[in-house]
Amino acid sequence: MTEILIHILIAFAVVVSIGILMGILLALVSRFFGIEEDPKRKQIRACLPGINCGACGYKGCDDYAAALADGSAQPNLCVPGAEDTANALCALLGVEAEAPEASVAFVHCNGNCEATSQKAIYDGISTCKAASMLYGGPEACRFGCMGFGDCAAACPNNAICIKDGIAHIDPSRCIGCKICVGQCPKSIISMVPRESKAVVMCNSKDKGADARKVCKNACIGCRKCEKTCPNGAITVQNNLARIDYEKCTGCGACVSACPTGCLKSVPFSDRS
Amino acid sequence: MDTLKTLVVILLSSVLVNNYVLSRFLGICPFLGVSKKLGQAAGMGVSVTAVMLLASAITWPIQRLILDQLHLEYMQTIVFILVIAALVQMLEIILKKFSPALHKALGVYLPLITTNCAVLGVAINNITDGYTFVESMVSSLGCGLGFLLAMVLFSGLRSRIDESEVPAPFRGLAVTLIAASFISLAFMGLSGIVDSLFA
Repeated sequence: MTEILIHILIAFAVVVSIGILMGILLALVSRFFGIEEDPKRKQIRACLPGINCGACGYKGCDDYAAALADGSAQPNLCVPGAEDTANALCALLGVEAEAPEASVAFVHCNGNCEATSQKAIYDGISTCKAASMLYGGPEACRFGCMGFGDCAAACPNNAICIKDGIAHIDPSRCIGCKICVGQCPKSIISMVPRESKAVVMCNSKDKGADARKVCKNACIGCRKCEKTCPNGAITVQNNLARIDYEKCTGCGACVSACPTGCLKSVPFSDRS
Repeated sequence: MDTLKTLVVILLSSVLVNNYVLSRFLGICPFLGVSKKLGQAAGMGVSVTAVMLLASAITWPIQRLILDQLHLEYMQTIVFILVIAALVQMLEIILKKFSPALHKALGVYLPLITTNCAVLGVAINNITDGYTFVESMVSSLGCGLGFLLAMVLFSGLRSRIDESEVPAPFRGLAVTLIAASFISLAFMGLSGIVDSLFA
């Protein structure tokens, strides 16, 4: 019995001592050959929010920090960090600050349960991508939100919720990372400037009568808004009103002119 | 003279006949992963050769002087993996200092040499084949060169594949694996050639 015990102890001692020896060797090698990581990169990384949303176009905050450190990236690309991060980065890198334009994602659909109906009952995989592959999804309107929440699942900041069958984005939580924009198979979500006053709550490119038939809140392309707008900011293309936010002053004339209530004035609150 | 002949036979047979990648099918992961460009493939081959040599130089004495003496042969795998892992870490640190470009190019495959079965295979086969220290060093050199040869040959082949029009079902990994099997078949034809050279 003791012999076995001693044998086990010897085996243990041998492996442990080899391990310790290797550890010491490794420590020595890294002491003499190791290179220090760029301290600037660490500082830059500390300025970034660290949610790895990818809105800057790099693989994550670490990647963006590396690109900033070797000077191949602009310091104003971080959307979630907005002005604060841009300013901090500019101060660190010693360049002029140029804040990114604050924008929020917006769901251009108001086809809630009251306004529209379903043309079929969908029983398949419960994602928008899968549903849209089957005859364009179960919604009566082929342009509308199906409400399976691909965007909500992708949102890194839980800003999106599904209410009454359509996605809603809470502007106070939206960090403007644009991830949801790419997730929607119907391309309903787009970025609008945070200071915008009016939005088009429809994505239907059907003719007025057809659009109206499937959804009460649809844009019927009547061009009333186009005629009303004093700044020429609204154009109707493919039976759908579009607002040019460069020209929009937020007077609200279009909102009162819209017969279907598809143009809404939505004051986006500031980010909390 | 006899010893020299043995060494040459060991070297040649481990490069050509018992090629670790193409005949024993060890170390396939970096073989498929880093063989896209000639530079990277050669870099990986040299790194693996260096690790193999270092690993054998350390594992052979450990086996003969420690494990055999204490009747701890069964600890071979654990101890060898420990040593190889530490060596790869050292290689990584050194490579990062002296050749950052190669370090970046090898990327994740460098730490993966840790678990590269070819390295462990060489260290263990040197023991099971009953080689002396010098023989085992020559054998690891041969195995490393064999790995390098396979990588370089295959990277050439892959650049040719990239340029040619591959039928849709075979595109990507499929054609790569088929090409690998052809090279392997070609290497099978070399078996027996070394023995007959010196017969």
